[in-house]
Amino acid sequence: MATKTETNGPPREWHRPWGIAVGVALLLIVLPLVGREGAGVNLLNALVRFANFVVIPGMTYGSQLALGALGVTLIYAVMRFSDFAHGDTMAFGAMGVILATRVLQGMGISAGPLPTALLALPFGILGAVTLALVFDRTVYRFYRRQRAAPVTFVIASIGAMFVTNGLVRLIIGPSDQRFADGARFIIRVQAFKEMTGLSEGLALRTTQAITLVVAVVVVLALFLFLNRTSLGKAMRAYADNEDLALLSGINPERVALWTWILAATLATIAGTLYGLDKSFKPFTYFQLLLPIFASAIVGGIGKPLGAIAGGFVVAFSEIALTYPYRKVLDYLGFETDSLVQLLSADYKFAVCFIILVVVLIWRPRGIFQGRVI
Amino acid sequence: MRGNITMGRPFWLALAMATALGAVGVLQSWNVALAILNLQLISAVMALGVNIQWGYAGLFNFGIMGFTALGGLAAVLVAMPPVAEAWAAGGRGMAMAAITMTGTAAAVWALQRLIRIKALRGPAVVLVFVVGLALTRSFYGPSVAAIEAVDSSVTGFLGGLGLPITLSWLAGGALAAAVAWVIGRITLGLQSDYLAIATLGISAVLVAVLKNEDWLARGVKNVTTLPRPVPYEQDLQGQGWFMDLAARVGMDPFLLSGIVVKALYALLLGSVLLALFWLSHRALHSPWGRMMRAIRDNRDAAEAMGKDVTRRHLQVFILGSTVVGIAGAMLVTLNGQFTPAAYNPFRYTFLVWVMVIVGGSGNNGGAILGGFLIWFLWVQAEVGGPWLMAMVTSGLQEDSPLRQHLLNVAPHMRQLLMGVLLLVVLRLSPQGLLPEQRGKHGLAQQQITTEHS
Amino acid sequence: MADPFLIGEAMTCGYGDANILHGCTIAVEQGEIAVIVGPNGAGKSTAMKAVFGLLPLRGGVVRLGGQDISTLTPPDRVAAGMGFVPQTNNVFPSLTIRENLEMGAYLCPQNIEDRIAQLTNLFPILKERSQQPAGELSGGQRQQVAVARAMMTQPRVLMLDEPTAGVSPILVQELFARIQEIAAAGIAVLIVEQNARQALSLAHRGFVLVQGKNRFTGTGQDLLNDPDVRQSFLGG
Repeated sequence: MATKTETNGPPREWHRPWGIAVGVALLLIVLPLVGREGAGVNLLNALVRFANFVVIPGMTYGSQLALGALGVTLIYAVMRFSDFAHGDTMAFGAMGVILATRVLQGMGISAGPLPTALLALPFGILGAVTLALVFDRTVYRFYRRQRAAPVTFVIASIGAMFVTNGLVRLIIGPSDQRFADGARFIIRVQAFKEMTGLSEGLALRTTQAITLVVAVVVVLALFLFLNRTSLGKAMRAYADNEDLALLSGINPERVALWTWILAATLATIAGTLYGLDKSFKPFTYFQLLLPIFASAIVGGIGKPLGAIAGGFVVAFSEIALTYPYRKVLDYLGFETDSLVQLLSADYKFAVCFIILVVVLIWRPRGIFQGRVI
Repeated sequence: MRGNITMGRPFWLALAMATALGAVGVLQSWNVALAILNLQLISAVMALGVNIQWGYAGLFNFGIMGFTALGGLAAVLVAMPPVAEAWAAGGRGMAMAAITMTGTAAAVWALQRLIRIKALRGPAVVLVFVVGLALTRSFYGPSVAAIEAVDSSVTGFLGGLGLPITLSWLAGGALAAAVAWVIGRITLGLQSDYLAIATLGISAVLVAVLKNEDWLARGVKNVTTLPRPVPYEQDLQGQGWFMDLAARVGMDPFLLSGIVVKALYALLLGSVLLALFWLSHRALHSPWGRMMRAIRDNRDAAEAMGKDVTRRHLQVFILGSTVVGIAGAMLVTLNGQFTPAAYNPFRYTFLVWVMVIVGGSGNNGGAILGGFLIWFLWVQAEVGGPWLMAMVTSGLQEDSPLRQHLLNVAPHMRQLLMGVLLLVVLRLSPQGLLPEQRGKHGLAQQQITTEHS
Repeated sequence: MADPFLIGEAMTCGYGDANILHGCTIAVEQGEIAVIVGPNGAGKSTAMKAVFGLLPLRGGVVRLGGQDISTLTPPDRVAAGMGFVPQTNNVFPSLTIRENLEMGAYLCPQNIEDRIAQLTNLFPILKERSQQPAGELSGGQRQQVAVARAMMTQPRVLMLDEPTAGVSPILVQELFARIQEIAAAGIAVLIVEQNARQALSLAHRGFVLVQGKNRFTGTGQDLLNDPDVRQSFLGG
C-alpha cells in the first residue's frame, strides 16, 4: 500500500501556558494604551506604521517569493530535483522584459500610469521559456531518459546556472537596472496624512499594488490550470505517481515540456515584479535562490499551495525580524533608546536559514506535507 | 587496455597542463604563469576538500564559500598584531557577552532536559532565551561600539595574536573544523538536496557575519596589512647578493624579485598540497575510505550492517571542511589581505564544484587536476574573452555601440564557458576526466548517474 | 486448437544474471478469470510483469488476440487493450477519486461520463467520495479505485497483482464479486493472488507456479480438488 497521507492533522491541543503568556503580553500592551490620553490615535499611528513598513512590504515580497517558489516546487514535483538555476532563470526572464521595455519605450508605447514592463512581459516570458526548453532538450531530457539520480540533475542545473548567469551578464551586463516607469504611487504619504489626520503616513507604490494583483491573478490561473484542465491534472498525476502515469498513457515529455513552460513563465513574472519593486541586478537574483528554496521547503516541496504559504512565511519573518520597532513602540507608549530591532538587516539570510533548519529538523515535510527528499 | 588508459591519462593531462602553463610563461610572462600556478595550487586544495566530502561520501556541501572565508578569518586572527587599545576598550564587555551567551545556551540546554512537563518547557525556554539574549546584547552592543571606535580608519577591531601567518593555515583548518562540527550536527540528518540548500544558506550567513562584525576582522573595511611568510620584493631588491644574482642570470631585478617571491609561495603551497594529497590518498585506500565509499554507494546496506552513517558523515564533513579552511587561509595569505565582500558563491562554491566534477569525483588526482585546469581556464577566459570578442566584432565599426557593449561584457564569457564545460563533461564523461578507480569486481562499470542516491 | 485470447507462452525472464521464470506459460480467455498462485518466490508477480511488458522477455512470446505484442512497451499495451492494476502505488494519492478515473481515460476521453457512470454502479464508493483525494482512502477502497482506474482504459484484459493485499476480509469478498462481474461482461481477467483458496474457487483457470515453472494447470475447481495441490499449497 502507498503510504497514507494524513490531511486531517492531529487534534490541536490547547497549550495553556502559551495561552496565559500571550494573554499577559496582550494585557501589558493594552493597559497602558487605554490609560493614556489620545490612546486611540496613537494606536492607529502604530498600526499604520506597522502596515507601511512591515505588512505592505511583506505582502509584496511574499508574493514575489511565492511566484518564484511555485516554479521551484513544480520542477521538483515533476522532475524530482532542486533547480539551482531558477534564480538565474528569473534574471534571464526579467532581462528580456527590460530589453523589450526599452524597445517599447523607444517606440513611444506606454501603458499610461502602469509600468511599460507589463506590456513587455510576454517577450520576457518567451525568452525564458525558450531558454528553459533549450536546456531541457539539450541537457535534462538525456538524464530523464536514463532515469538518472536526482543529484545528477542538480549538478546539471549548476551548469545551467552558470550558462544562464553568463548569458545575462553578456547581454545586459552585471550592473543595476531600473525600468519602472508610469505613476510611482497609488497612495502617497502626504496625501494619506492629510486624508486621515494621522502623524504617521502610509504609502502604496504602484509596483507593490501591481505585484499583489498580478500574483493573485497568476496563482488563480495556475490553480485553475492544475485542477481543471486535462493537462494540468496529468501533470499532477505524473508528480504523484510516475509509473502509474505512464500506464495511463501520460506522455512524460509533454509533462516535462509544460512544466518548464510554467516554471519559466512564473520565474519571469516573479523576476519582473521583483525588479520593478526593487531593481534588477543579476547577482541579487542569484541570491533570491535561498529565500525561494526556503519558501518551497517550508511549505512542503512539491506542493503548490505550500510554496505560496512558504513565500509569505519567509517574507514576513525576514521583514518582521529585521525591522526596528522603536517608533511603533513609541506610539504604544514604550519609549526606548534602542532600535528594538531583533536582527540587523544584513542578516536576512540568517532568517531564511534558521527557518529552513527549524522546519527541516522538526517538520521535514513542511507545512503542507510535501515530499521527503 | 583499460589499464593503459588509467595509467596514461593522468600523465598526459598533467603534461598538457604544464605545457599550457609554460606557454603562458613564454607568451605572457613568468610572473603571470607563477601567479596562476599559486592560485591553481590553492584551488586544487579546495577541490581536494570538496572531493573528500562528495567523492568519498556523496555529501552535497554547497557551503564551501563559508569555510573558505573562515580560513581567511583565521589568517587575520592569527597573524595580525593584537590591538591593545581595543582590548582595553571592549575586551571585558566582549568576554562578558561571551559568558552570558554560553550561559544562556547552557541554560536552554539544561531546561530542555530538566523540565518534565512538556507544556511548560516551551515558555520556559523562550523566557530564558529572551532574557539571555537581552543580557548578552547589553554587554555586546556597547563593547562593539567601543572597539570599533578605536582608531577606526586603521584598526577598529580586536586584532589577532601576532603569530607567524603560516600558523594560520593550521588555525584555519581548525576553525573550519569546529564550525563544520556545529553545522554538521544540525544539517547532516538531511538528504542530498536539503543538505545542499542548507549549507548554501549557512555559508551566506557566515559571510554576512564576516562582513558586518567589524570588531572581529574589520568587516567590509578589509584587513590589508597581513604579514607575509616570504620576503617582500623591495627587500630582495635591497640585498646585494640578490642584485648579483639578477646580474648573473641577466634579468631585470624587479622582474626577478617578483618571480622569486611567487616561486617561494608556490613551494610553500605546493608542499601543503602534496602533504594533503598524500594524506587523503592514504585515507581513501584505508579501511575507513572503503567504508565511506560503501556508505556512499549503498547507504541502506551500510546502515543495516551497523555502520553509524550520520556519525561517519559528520567525520568526513569535518575533514573536508578542514581542508577547505586550510585553503582559505592560504588564499588570504597569498593575497596579503582579507576582503569579506569578495566571497561570492559562484567563485568560491560552485566553481570548486565544477573543478571536482570535471576533474573526477572520488579520485583525488582528478580533483587536483580539475583545480588546476578549471582555474587556468577561469583566469585565461577573462583575458581570452575580450580577445575573442575583439576578433568577432572586428567587422563592426570601432565606435558601434554593439561592439562597445560586447567588449565591455566580454570578461563574463567565463561564466558561460564554465557552464558549458560542466554540462559537456557531465554528459560525455560523467565520472570526470580522471574517473574514480574502483575495485576489480566490475564496479567500474557503474555510472555516476546511478549512484549517490 | 485456437490460441487463447491472451497468452504468455514459454516465458523466460528475470533480473540481472538470474532468470526467475523458466519457460512459464500463462493464458486467459475473454470472459474468464485466470488465477496465478504459488509459494513465495515462485515468480507469480514476475509472470504478471512479463505478460505486461514491465520486464523484457529473454525467451517466449506474448500474444493478445492472436497478435504478437512481445515488443510493445507497457503504455502501448495499455493502448492495445490491457489494463493493469499494480500491487502497490496503484492510485494517484493527491488526485481526487474522480480525477483518478479521468486519468484512466487520458488517452481516449470520449464518453467519459458514461464510463464513469458504469463504474460507479459497480463501485458505489466512487460516487460517494468522488471529490476526496485517493490517498485518504482505506486499503480496500483504494483497491476499488485502482481497479476502476484500470477499467477506465476500456481494457479487453484486466490484470490485477495481488488485489486483496491489505484489504479487510469482508471487503475481499466484495472485491472478488466485482471482479467476477467484470469478467462476466466479457473481459479477460488475470489475477496474481496470495489468497489461493478463495481465488481458485472463482477461477476458470488456475496456474500453480513453482520456481518459475508451471507445476499444475487446470480449472479452479480441479486444482482445489487435486490432493497434491491441496497438500502442497493450500495447507491440506
